[in-house]
Amino acid sequence: MIPDKIELEIVTPERKVLSEMVDSVVIPGSQGYLGVLPGHTPLLTGLMIGELSYIQGGKEHVLAVSQGYAEVLRGKVSVLAERCEKAEEIDVERAENAKKRAEEVLKRKDVPMDDFRRAELSIQRAITRMQARKHGLG
Amino acid sequence: MSKTRDIKRRIRSVSNTMQLTKAMKMVSAAKMRRATDSIVAARPFAHNMRDVLRSLAARADAETHPLLQVTGTEKVELLVVTGDKGLCGSFNTNINKTAHNFIKSEQAKGERVFDLHAVGKRGVEYFRRRDVTIHKAWIDVLRQVEFATAKEIASDMMERYVTGELDAIYLVYNEFKSAISQHPVVERLLPIEPIEPAEGETTEDYIYEPGPEALLNTLLRRHVEVQVHTALLESVAAEHAARMTAMDSASRNAGDLIDRLTLHMNRVRQAAITTEIIEVVSGAQALG
Repeated sequence: MIPDKIELEIVTPERKVLSEMVDSVVIPGSQGYLGVLPGHTPLLTGLMIGELSYIQGGKEHVLAVSQGYAEVLRGKVSVLAERCEKAEEIDVERAENAKKRAEEVLKRKDVPMDDFRRAELSIQRAITRMQARKHGLG
Repeated sequence: MSKTRDIKRRIRSVSNTMQLTKAMKMVSAAKMRRATDSIVAARPFAHNMRDVLRSLAARADAETHPLLQVTGTEKVELLVVTGDKGLCGSFNTNINKTAHNFIKSEQAKGERVFDLHAVGKRGVEYFRRRDVTIHKAWIDVLRQVEFATAKEIASDMMERYVTGELDAIYLVYNEFKSAISQHPVVERLLPIEPIEPAEGETTEDYIYEPGPEALLNTLLRRHVEVQVHTALLESVAAEHAARMTAMDSASRNAGDLIDRLTLHMNRVRQAAITTEIIEVVSGAQALG
């Protein structure tokens, strides 16, 4: 018997972001986006910086997540992300500022490798946030 | 007359202090509540991660991971978590003493080199005056504990552990038991204690992306970060609890002192009146 709903739970080290019964989930896995429907095979995957979306009652909800992993068990998806924001919580202005700051760093030639990587990640996160906001509210 | 005036002035100053300590107690109580809320909020993440780690340990070869390897005992690092501020009873002293005693007792066992990650101004100041090297001092990170801070501390330690610069890492912090009790604890952070594999799940089909080993690596690292984060959160809650208790007993002492001073003042005033009456009466008698 395959259930027709999945329990989706998203937690970060700082708080529990949400815990709801949903129809389907799309996870930004480290090897690519993957969709999860009720009855999915157990799975453990890393997360990349990206948009996590789920459908609940015909309506799509979008969140921006970064770094962590997701575990799919029968009837339940747990997402443990280091950072996670719902589309409506995203501060676009802040994301834009972060992107600008990081771009400044990338333009310089004398930055150490670590800082360079960090700036790249920060740009990715900022872009994801802006997109998640657009998709989530649009 | 001047004596009663002095006492009155003292009473006023003590009651001002009492107002202050009372206010601080209220503030600490509110802050403590906020801190315990964040401990509770952090729990699901830690629990869930432990479960996943255990089920992963049943399938991946966990024993060979560098973070679980015991390499030696010589170079030890402590993460000492104190507060930035005082006025919280023996909170900071207890931690500093626990850490210092731990260092001494370990050094008695043989050749050991210690250094510190000191979180909180009080710990930094204590160990700066003693012959313990502070590798890194973290001041002013406790007002708002962020996971990013814990991550930064943890990755610095893991980096140096993996390259062999360190052999073992311990956490020293105050554990938050309840509003009235905090305990200094010493916990080993690295090498990680072997993880008990979960039982009875191995038969289940499980997909791993990427492979189990790669996942185990990131999970173990996150596990260490979470432990540091938890220690910071616990310590902050314990600090506010300690301050609350300290301020409560300070307010009570101030109250007692005011009572005693008031009694004393009344006695002095009474004595002055009695003397005056005697003077008047004996003056009248002399005339009569």
